[in-house]
Amino acid sequence: MLKTENTCLKTKMHVLIKPKASVIILATLIFFYGGTVETDVLIIGGGATGTGIARDLALRGITSLLVEKGDINAGASGGNHGLLHSGARYVANDGESARECMEEGKILKQTAPHCIDDCGGLFVAVRGDDENYVGDFPGFCARSGLSATPVSIEQALEAEPLLSKKIIAAFGVRDGAIDPFMLSLENIAHAKALGSKLLCHTEVVSFEKDNHCITRVWLENVHTRQRFSVEARQVINAAGAWAGKVDALAGAATEIIYSMGTLLVTQSRMTEGVINRLRPPSNADILVPGGTVSILGTTSMRVDDPDLIKPTVAETDLIVSQGAQMIPSLETTRYIRAYSGVRPLVSQGKGDDRAVSRGFVLLDHQDTGLDNFATITGGKLTTFRLMAEKTADLVGARLGNTTPCKTRTEPLPSTLEGKWTEPGIAPRAWMQKPAGKTDRILCECEMISESTVDTIADELEKNGQAPDLLNIGKRSRLGKGPCQGAFCSTRVMAHMYNNGRLSGPDGVDELKAFLSERWKGQQPIFWGDQLIQAELTEAMHCGLFDLELETPNPDKPEHNEQTDEAKGDSHE
Amino acid sequence: MNSQTSDTIHTDLTIIGSGMTGMAAALFAVNRGISTTLIGQHSAMNFASGLMDLMGVHPSGREWDDPWKALDQVRKDLPDHPLAKVGNPDIENAMGEILGFLNDQALPYHRAAHKNVNVITSVGTVKKTYTVSETMWNGVVALEKKSPTLLVDLDGMKLFSARQIASSLKERWPDLRHQTIEFPGAETLEELHPEHVARSLDLSANRVKLANRIKPFIKDAAYIGFPALLGMYRSREAVAELEQLLERPVFEIPTPPVSVPGIRLQETFISGLGKNPLFRTLSTMVTRVKTGAGFTITTGGSNTPATIRSKAVLLATGRFLGKGLVASRQGIQESLLDLPVMQPETREEWHREDLFSPQGHPVNRAGIRTDKSFRPLGRASEEPVKNLYVAGSILAGSDWMRMKCGSAVAIATAFAAIKAIEKANK
Repeated sequence: MLKTENTCLKTKMHVLIKPKASVIILATLIFFYGGTVETDVLIIGGGATGTGIARDLALRGITSLLVEKGDINAGASGGNHGLLHSGARYVANDGESARECMEEGKILKQTAPHCIDDCGGLFVAVRGDDENYVGDFPGFCARSGLSATPVSIEQALEAEPLLSKKIIAAFGVRDGAIDPFMLSLENIAHAKALGSKLLCHTEVVSFEKDNHCITRVWLENVHTRQRFSVEARQVINAAGAWAGKVDALAGAATEIIYSMGTLLVTQSRMTEGVINRLRPPSNADILVPGGTVSILGTTSMRVDDPDLIKPTVAETDLIVSQGAQMIPSLETTRYIRAYSGVRPLVSQGKGDDRAVSRGFVLLDHQDTGLDNFATITGGKLTTFRLMAEKTADLVGARLGNTTPCKTRTEPLPSTLEGKWTEPGIAPRAWMQKPAGKTDRILCECEMISESTVDTIADELEKNGQAPDLLNIGKRSRLGKGPCQGAFCSTRVMAHMYNNGRLSGPDGVDELKAFLSERWKGQQPIFWGDQLIQAELTEAMHCGLFDLELETPNPDKPEHNEQTDEAKGDSHE
Repeated sequence: MNSQTSDTIHTDLTIIGSGMTGMAAALFAVNRGISTTLIGQHSAMNFASGLMDLMGVHPSGREWDDPWKALDQVRKDLPDHPLAKVGNPDIENAMGEILGFLNDQALPYHRAAHKNVNVITSVGTVKKTYTVSETMWNGVVALEKKSPTLLVDLDGMKLFSARQIASSLKERWPDLRHQTIEFPGAETLEELHPEHVARSLDLSANRVKLANRIKPFIKDAAYIGFPALLGMYRSREAVAELEQLLERPVFEIPTPPVSVPGIRLQETFISGLGKNPLFRTLSTMVTRVKTGAGFTITTGGSNTPATIRSKAVLLATGRFLGKGLVASRQGIQESLLDLPVMQPETREEWHREDLFSPQGHPVNRAGIRTDKSFRPLGRASEEPVKNLYVAGSILAGSDWMRMKCGSAVAIATAFAAIKAIEKANK
């Protein structure tokens, strides 16, 4: 079925830019001249899978160009719990997924420990839960080869004091928490170090085909609307929930079910480890620690369009009340953000979307008569590496590359690019500054200093991205603490003007864009203290600064990033 | 200040809430011979910017130059707006009484006769307002004339960049320059706190040192602008001396909180009111208000509990930030007396999707509904509580942040409520 000899290996000579040129030069040339870029592999989609594929290929000696219409992890890779599944959640009805999770969890804990909090987890049942399921659970786990240790009620309450006194059973599992942003940023950083390239805010608009091949892919910068084309020997669609839309552009029919899930972020970390509800998968039955916060979710609701999702008040209320059955203080704690993600499920029959296999699907498109196109979708964060491996196996073989996968054992290097998303890193960096050196704290909630902001801005510029508030926010915890950006945004703006990175009237637009982004993830959780904070934010930015009366600067291209805005990000 | 050692305090009026509304109401009350006890802790008045808005923007988005015409239009279009219940003459009288008091206390405010004025803010926007601290007035004039102006900021002050303001306003005001100065005596400090700078500029010697550092950069500048921290208790004197030393008019630019003009306002009200024997203030929290023949108010918190017997009560507890309103997932409640709160039917309707939506957020118009005398409307089945009044931002129907009417809602409704209390007790 797989052909290693491929007619698509012949590429035409429309080369204006050598693949070795840096991304900035690449972007600049594209901007001024339009034109064509040549690459061995074009990867569409900058989530965990796409960035994982870029690294996997690069380790096999195959360089790629990764294009992403939003920013890194703008889709489901950012809109999830950040749970490194032990697999126990799937033991009852999807043994294969359970085993895959177990295997992959072990590999990632070995190869990417800096992205993982190996916190462990508990499955707990509360009074009223199905006792048959509780009784069957250890057997299900054993069947998949998973470890599930019975824990006494007393031990469970001692380990996790906030658990409900009404729990009736508890099992210890090897769940962990994984930082999906650090993971993807590190994967792409490693791929780039090995010669691959990344272009964010770049969307596929059409494919040109000839003789069973995609001969050319037309791309467009979502801000400037500048178009250019890429000639790639192999094209990989790793667009996640958008994979169906991308396949359709290539003339392939892939039916994706969009299952939206909503999650809430608490202001502080509620538990040491992951807490799962011991019942068949349902709403709001997982609480995952994410550094200094906890993430509660999720829901499952079928939606028609992955671009039109947002958390609702009704979902929020459902999540809080269901979560409070496991951890009663979830009813009274302060929430600082809500966000949604779309699980891409590949249609394989009827039933609850949760019952659809959470396994992944790799399509080689032989049936649609395309020899140099592959689509990888479905799956979950925990199995991203395996998805990347299988895809790289296929594409490597098509390119005649026989180097085996290295990501099972090769450690993921820890670079600077991913590190600022981790809670506690910025304050530690600030504490270590040399005595006498000036480095003022700009974000007092998350202790982010001037030098941290400067470092992130430098990295953004190096990657050809605007060092603006929105992008800095995505690469750090700026605006993610209790003030939700009301104060730090103005301090960072002042700093950016003072060091000459910003000039002219664009600062007001940037400030508005940043605050709007923070706002979008909060609407459903505006009550209690969070509503007080919202009132203060509005009093300051509308009451005093009149920002709502400022009209956008007409000279600047309109910032229109539907995908990022609609989904927010999980990384709180 | 009246000090009483017995356990129970007897007073004509108890004002609950020490923000702008509570302070203004206390002034109006003692000026009318009403013995007044003001209870409150942690008011949001130190967030006040040094500007006082009257009415600036109609919900349709129209910006008004004439606030009085704006008020007429609001009365026509939004009969539920609190300021629709107060006539323009009373609003003018209320503003006049407050501004007169502040003038007497050496914290003068300045306004144009019948129009809103423009001021620049610390993020480089231009804001319309009605009255500004006198220390800011030259900024209004300089902006109007687009005069060559030097904006000064201080090294280490994180919330204020003169360069940001000058750069943002470059097209509107080309002759705006900026200069960062190291504050004298703070060269080794990593961070500069506005309150510390303000207090140090209460001393003449520090003004002289600061002026000497600025002089080389003045060049063609006809005005010199500063962040709002020129003196804490002697701001008028600080500005006057700096003007003399720099031989130019000087002005302050409002900053985000912590706002020095807000602290000045709060301290001025407390010290000015404190001179009146009819006034007493308790810096504590009200824990309980019992109604019946008069009111019995219990206070608690960190201080010794006290009991107050009062003929009338004015609730000036503010909105969510002031804790007068409390929002839960189930709805919005009034925190002290469980008064009915006018609010959108469901939480979905509280906020719009866009933070900067020109229509504003419906939750900001939620609040307490009152009759024309600012007595709260009870639930249908209940008798209204006698001698209970409500004023300020807790009132329903005004989105002060979007309509630019915050100070007027505080001051004018306090004025109307006190007039009603005066009348009822005659």
